Parts: sequence; structure tokens; C-alpha cells
Amino acid sequence: MKLLILLVIVLGLVAAVQLSKVYQLSMSLRGKREEDISEADNRLNGNLWLAFMVAFYAGFIWLLVRYGDYAPPSASLHGEAVDWLMDFNMLIIFVVFFLVNTLLFWFSAKYYYRADRKAQFYAHDNKLELVWTVIPSIVLAILIAYGLQTWNDMTGEASDDAIRVELYSKQFDWTARYPGTDGEFGLVNYNLITPLNALGIVTEGGVQDALKEIELKIAKVESEIAYEKGHLIAEIEALEDKLHGDHHGHGHDEHADDHGHEGSFDAMASARIAEIEHMLASGKLTILTDAAYEAKEDKLYRLQRHRQRIMETRNFTYGEDLSAWDAGKDDQIVKGEFHLPLGREIEFVFRSRDVIHSAYMPHFRAQMNSVPGVPTRFKMTPIISTDSMRIILDNPDFDYVLLCNKVCGASHYNMQMKLVVESEESYEAWLAEQDEFLMKEDSEELEEEKATTEVASETITASL
Amino acid sequence: MGGQAHHHEESFISKFVFSHDHKMISKQFLVTAIVMGVVAVLLSVFFRLQLGWPGESFSILETFLGKWAPGGVLDRNAYLALVTIHGTIMVFFVLTGGLSGTFSNLLIPLQIGARDMASGFLNMLSYWFFFFSSILMISSLFVEGGAASGGWTVYPPLSALPQAMPGSGTGMTLWLISMVLFVVSSLLGGLNYVVTIINLRTKGMSMTRLPLTIWAFMVTAILGVLSFPVLVSAVVLLLMDRSMGTAFYLSDIFIGGEALDVTGGSPILYQHLFWFLGHPEVYIVLLPALGISSEVIATNARKPIFGYKAMVGSLLAIGFLSFIVWGHHMFVTGMNPFIGSVFVFTTLLIAIPSAVKAFNYITTLWRGNIRFSPAMLFSIGLVSTFVTGGLTGIILADSALDVNVHDTYFVVAHFHIVMGMSAIFGMLAGIYHWYPKMFGRMMNNKLGFVHFWITIVCGYGVFFPMHFVGIAGAPRRYYESSNFDFLNGVMDLQPLISTFAIVGAIGQLFFLFNFFYSIFYGQKSVQNPWKSNTLEWTTPVAHMHGNWDGPLPKVHRWAYDYSNPVHEEDFVPQTTPALPGEVMH
Repeated sequence: MKLLILLVIVLGLVAAVQLSKVYQLSMSLRGKREEDISEADNRLNGNLWLAFMVAFYAGFIWLLVRYGDYAPPSASLHGEAVDWLMDFNMLIIFVVFFLVNTLLFWFSAKYYYRADRKAQFYAHDNKLELVWTVIPSIVLAILIAYGLQTWNDMTGEASDDAIRVELYSKQFDWTARYPGTDGEFGLVNYNLITPLNALGIVTEGGVQDALKEIELKIAKVESEIAYEKGHLIAEIEALEDKLHGDHHGHGHDEHADDHGHEGSFDAMASARIAEIEHMLASGKLTILTDAAYEAKEDKLYRLQRHRQRIMETRNFTYGEDLSAWDAGKDDQIVKGEFHLPLGREIEFVFRSRDVIHSAYMPHFRAQMNSVPGVPTRFKMTPIISTDSMRIILDNPDFDYVLLCNKVCGASHYNMQMKLVVESEESYEAWLAEQDEFLMKEDSEELEEEKATTEVASETITASL
Repeated sequence: MGGQAHHHEESFISKFVFSHDHKMISKQFLVTAIVMGVVAVLLSVFFRLQLGWPGESFSILETFLGKWAPGGVLDRNAYLALVTIHGTIMVFFVLTGGLSGTFSNLLIPLQIGARDMASGFLNMLSYWFFFFSSILMISSLFVEGGAASGGWTVYPPLSALPQAMPGSGTGMTLWLISMVLFVVSSLLGGLNYVVTIINLRTKGMSMTRLPLTIWAFMVTAILGVLSFPVLVSAVVLLLMDRSMGTAFYLSDIFIGGEALDVTGGSPILYQHLFWFLGHPEVYIVLLPALGISSEVIATNARKPIFGYKAMVGSLLAIGFLSFIVWGHHMFVTGMNPFIGSVFVFTTLLIAIPSAVKAFNYITTLWRGNIRFSPAMLFSIGLVSTFVTGGLTGIILADSALDVNVHDTYFVVAHFHIVMGMSAIFGMLAGIYHWYPKMFGRMMNNKLGFVHFWITIVCGYGVFFPMHFVGIAGAPRRYYESSNFDFLNGVMDLQPLISTFAIVGAIGQLFFLFNFFYSIFYGQKSVQNPWKSNTLEWTTPVAHMHGNWDGPLPKVHRWAYDYSNPVHEEDFVPQTTPALPGEVMH
């Protein structure tokens, strides 16, 4: 089959070459050259420009009629201004688009080459050029002024009574967080992220658990380093050299303090040798290549820094009445769908766990990247509830959606969360049903999970 | 080549491989770019199959992509790899290396009256860096985990963390190294172009008599020399973040069940560095195309280009402004809104010199005597796409509006029309127009006509509907959009778009056949087939070192004396001295 296809391609190519040669031969017999484009060809191409123009505009109008008012009305306050500005810009763009393309295609069709005429020598006209420099400048000045005004309104400070919602992104889902009754988001630290604390909220228990866990890891790596066979044997050899051979030698800086107290050095060295021999006989012995040993040391260093960072979360305070460790307790964390009250200003805070994502809510004309390490903000006021939008669109299944609009990996195309806009009462009722963070931490499920990790950590300790 | 084999004092290697001759190097760039272009078009056809008919099985995908398309359905990671490499190849290898490399090399010495580039050796090195960079980029398609997949802009942390996606492994490393080599090539070339234009102009070739092609190539080369080094910094820092444990772009990251030991970097820093090149890059791609079309339109309309000085001025203005607009790619990164306002202002300013260019082209056509060679068709097509695509830039430059269409199909439509189609049209116009100069033979016009009309219809057919898909809110780089009910209404455009893409891709066979057939069998060219004024048509048809047999030509006038009423012929070569009493332009 493949051979057949290949054969067809080769034969087709040969045929094309032969046809072209015949065509060329006939041209040269008639004494025609490629660069002498006949009047018929010129007229044809000129007319094709007109035909193209008609088809192009017809296609455009078909698209406009069928898909032009596709985007539903803006569901946010600033979105109405954005839509107005968009329409205004589009109007100007349409005018210029049709004007310039029409002139271009029309001139092309009209002035096709005829041997008996000569083009008009028209090299420049300063007045004309001034006109089409000044007019675009004025139009653009207007566009810039309106654009920046809208932009300033959109990006100004959120009002004090705005409702704050955090949208947290990771490959490949969204989590929303509400600050709870204290109105403050709990402090977060990415080092505290666990399966049960996906956002890394700082709480006393969380910090202690994390420290406990990291201490275990540090102890394990320290033990692996301490019990490395090659290093232990080398240490014995060095000590024995000192004890027997090189008693009075100098230059052994490690034991510089012991010079002058040879008796006590010998005793310490022997004790250490005995200890090492005991270690060599134990089951914890590790055998590592030099590279692996260095990697362990590196890992130890990283773990120690990690521990340091977790401990630093203690230094943060919100002020007198609220400690860093308490602010997160009442935070409400929701997945799958989140709700917003109608007519209230919302200030979103965006955070990301891993790569850059972008929170895009097309119905609200709202978009902002969420960037790891750099929290970002966007404010908006929803003005059409989900129910009203269902009526407007005549679609009882319609739902607002938050989607990811910055490529973030394989499942980027399906990273979404449902968004419900409803009356303030319904919103309050919905919010009251959502668990507070620490309530969740106290749940039975968590206890079970804790129990299993404790068992696991005991086994690790035992193996040390 | 060159129609007939003249003296054989050179070995095959020094003539065809490690040549120092600008004409040969130009052809090397062109053929490499065509090969890369074919690869990039194929890749786009593959992912358009998935986008047009999501989830359906195409045996052609399995034939070409093997395990990347199990059962003929494109894998999700492979989709992103294809999108990324398509963009990278098109932007850098075809439209930067290919376009500038081919035409700057061919035309700068020939049109300014020089025997060769200032440094033939650097010129040769420029090509070979480009060649190895191309090889690396293609080879990245074959490594474990696949090619780079984070989009052609390869934003970290996605591109910095191999845990984030398979494409951020070896494929990404190769991508970065390939880019470094590419930039070296581009710098060697660019420096050479600028130095040659400034120093090696023949007698009488003052700056104001330069053809607009040369002006465009010079502004392009200056942009490249100033902006590409910044890309190298961005890329090298990214390499260090990937393999040496630094954290220039990384901070507070938890991935793969592990909190990484990185703090203090900023992913946004990379975007600033990248777009500091990235935006001038748009004009590095576009300006040579505009230069080529200026020359082709004047020659074939048999009229002087309208407003030569305004054309030069607008080139310079666009070149300057392109350095202070990069932030318009970053309106939704959380950048300070006031800085955003500044970028809105500078970006919209670019519309003014662009408008001047568009109107000047149209006035050049008015009362012309237009000879529709394939090159002319493509140049007129370029003016149309430049205007149509440029206008939607007004929306994207306006931060308040960009928020809603950022990273949607609207952006894809915009830059493919204004930069993709325009630049490709300029490149094809250049190929059809200067083919006789490169190969000493003519391409077939009839095939050229078919090629053009298929290309413009399919090009608009692909990208014009995308505006509507984007305004409806469909994000780009989605493997499929069926998960979102609100997009159902516009998704029936996707099969239509894909159909145009496939037909358009097949239409390029007319060009490929014409190009390679004519190298060997095309009608032999005369010295000045298009009756053009510029100096390249005063050289012999057969290529020779040094370009001119005798002394260098002397220039007496500008390049655009077409249909000058003082002269009988409708063209007056630049070497023609002033008639007694003639007023010179």
C-alpha cells in the first residue's frame, strides 16, 4: 500500500515535470517569455481581485451575521464599559478595513497593465501625506484616551467593603478560598503544603507537624551520611595511623587541640574506633558512591534550609489582635464550584503553586495570570446572576466558568471551575455551609490520616 | 547553478558548502528555510486535524508521529509540542533566518553596488550557525519526552521544571541551545549587513538613493543586533535555572509532591527579557517583507513608490517604537497598571507610521500600470494582510480590551495575519521576483498565479474566522474545547478552519514544484526581466565572484524613476546619468 502511494507520487511528479516541459516548449515556439505577462493574464488577475473582494466581504458578513453577536452580554460592571469600548474600536476598525481593502483591490483591478499606456509619475505629495498622518493620530488619541480611562477604572483600588476571594491554581485545577469571619486570609507557606493542606495555610498544628516530619527526614539523611561504610573505614584508618605510626607528627589539624594531651587523645581515638567498629557491625550501614554521598550532603543542606523557612513563619503577625497562626483557622476552602454575590465588588487574589496559570472568566471580561511566588489581583462586580443569564441566553443549563488561559501542561485545556453568581442571601447561606479550615483539620478523616502517618514515622524512627 | 557552469577553479566544497559568496549563502539560507517551512507547515496540519475534528482517528498521524498519536489520535503532550515547534520554526527559522538571511544576503551587495559582504567569512559562519541550530531544533522532535512544549515563548516555570511536563526535559534543553546558536548566527549576519550598507555603497549611492529594501534590511539588522543579545541572556538564565540550581525565574514552587528549594526569583522577569526581544522580533520579521514589497510594487506598478522619504521615516519610527512596546504582551501578568498605560500609549503610536505605509502603497497603485507577476500579487496581498491584521492590533494594544481577548484565538488571528501571512507573502514575493537573479532562470507564472490565489484564499480562510472564535472566549493552545458548553456555538468553525489549512498546505505544492523544477528546467532568464531600475539587474545572469565584470557601477539617480515623463522608456536604471536639464528626485 505504502509502496503504491509512493509510486503514484513519483509518477505524478514525473508527469508534472513532463507537462511543464511541454508547456515551456510551446511557449518558446511561440516566442513568448515568462516575464511578458499577457494582457489577458493581467486582466484576469485584476478581475480576480474584484472577485476576491466580493468573496472576502461576503464571508465577513456571513461570519458577522452568524457569529457576530455571539458573545453574551457582560456579566460584570467594568465589562459593560469594556464592551462599549470594544464596539467603538470595532466601528473604527470596520470603516478603515473596508476603506483600505476596497481601495487596494479596486485600484489593482482598475489599473492592470496595458502596453499602450504609461503610469502617472507621482512621487510624493506632502499635503496628502500630512493628511494621513494627522487623521490617524487624532483618531488614535481618542482611542488612547477612552482606553486608558477604562483601564484606570478597572485597575483602581478595590473598595474597603469588597469581598475578597483567593483563587489558587495548580496543575490542573482551581481552588477558591474565602477569608472567613475574621476577614483575613490565613498566612500561607508553600513548604507546608500537604495532601490535606493543599494551600499551605499556616497553623500551629501544621507547622509542628511539618517540623516533625522534616526532623525525621533530616535524621534519616544524617544517619545515612554517618553510617557510610567507606567514610567510616577511612576514619578508622586515619585514627589508627595517628595512634601507631604518626604519633608525634604535625599537620593533623583535626586533632590539633589534642597535641600536648596525648594520653587523652589516645583514649578518645580508641573510643571512637570502638564506636565505629560497633557501627560497622550494625544493620544501618550504608554504601554510597562519592557522587551519591555528595548528593546526600546536598539534600541534608536543603532540608535544613527548608526547616529554617518553616520556622520563619512564626515571625509573621497581622497586628495586635490576630496572630499569624490563627488567621487561617476559619478560612473556607472550596473546590469544584465557587459562589459570588450579585452586585458586590469582589477583589480576587491569585496565587499559583507550580507554574503560571491564568484565571479567565470570559463572561465577566476578566483575566489575570496567577504566578508562583508573586500574588496578583483583579477586581470586578458581577451584575447578572447565573439564573438571569440562563434566561437571557435561553439555556437552562448555562453556567459561568473560570478557566485556565495560560498553557500549563497536558490537561491545560480542561482546567476549569464552575462559578455561580446569586443573590447576597443565597451566597451567605452557601458560604455558611462551607467548612472552616481547622474544622476540617479536626475531622475524623484527618485523625485517621494522622494516625497512619504516625505509624509510618514510628517505623522510620525504628529503622534508624 | 546560475544557469551554466562557468569556470571550475573552485572545488565543490568551497563553492556549494563553505562558500563565502553572498549569493551562494543566500541560496543556502533559502533552501534551508524552505525545508524548515515545510516541516512547520506539516506540524500545523497535524494539530489542525486534532483541532478540527477532536478525538477522531487519522491514520496519517500515526504514520508520521508513531507513539505520539496512538491509534491515530494526537497525544495531548504531543499537541503542545507541535504547536510550540511550529511557532518556533516559523518565527525564527523561516521568517527571521530565512527571510533576512536570504534577501539581505542576496540584495545588499547587489543593490548597493558592492562586490560582496564586508566579511564573507562571518557571513559563512552565520549560515553554518543557522544550519546547526536548525538541525538541533529538528532533532529535539525525536528525543525522549518530546520537543519543547510550553509554547514558542517557553515561559518558566513551565519550561524550567522537567516535572511540569515531559516536553520540559531534554527537548527543552535542545531548544535553548538551538536558540543560542541561532542568535549567534543572527548577530553575525546582522553586524555584517549594517557594516556593509554603511561602508560599501558604490559611488553615487547616497543613503537617500538606497532602494527601500536596503533601508528595511538595515533597520531590521539594527533591531536584531540590539535585541537578540537580550534573548540570549534570558535563555542562558533559564538554562542555569534548569541545570545549575539557580532561581532567577523561580520562587515558592511546590510540584511533584515536593517543595522546591527556590525562592526570590520571578517568572515575570523572563517575560520582560523575552519580549524585549520578542516585540522587535515581530518587526524583524515584518520589515524585510515591507521592504521587498515596496520594491516589487514600484517595479510592477511602473510607478515610483509614493512618498519615499515618508516610507524611510516610517521604517525608522517603527524600528524605534518597537523597542518600547514589549509590555503590551504582559497586561495580565499583574504588572503595575500605570506601566501598562505607558505601553498602551507607545503601542498605539506604532499605528501612525503603519498607516502612512499602507496609504503610500495604495497611492502607488493609483494610476499605475500594474503588471501582475506572481511577486506583485503577493505584494498586494501583503498590503491587505498588513492592514487587516494590523487593525486588530488596536484592540490588543488597548489594555482594557486585551484583558478579555488575551491568549484567545483573537490573538492567534491577529498575529498570523499581520505577521505570519504578511511576512510569508513578502518572502514569496521576493522569491518570485528575484528568482531569475538567484538561479538565472524564470519560475512558471501560471503555477505562480494558482499558488497565490490558493494561498490568499486559504490564509484568510484559516485566520479570519479565528477572530470570532476568540471573541467568543476560546483560549488558544487548547487541545480541544468540547469541555466548555459556552463555546459550542463557535466550534463549528473549527472544521472549516482546518479544511482551509489543509487545502492551503496542499496548495504550497504548486510553489515547491515550481521552485525546484525551475532551478533545473526553467526558462533561461534575461539580464533585466522585470525592467527594473536597481543595480542587481546590471550584473551578468551567470553568477560570478565580485558581481560586476568591470568596474563597479556608478549611481546617478534614485531607484524609483518609473514612468518618468522626461524619459521615453517606463524605467530608468539607477546607472543612467541625468538628462540635460532633468530635475532629479
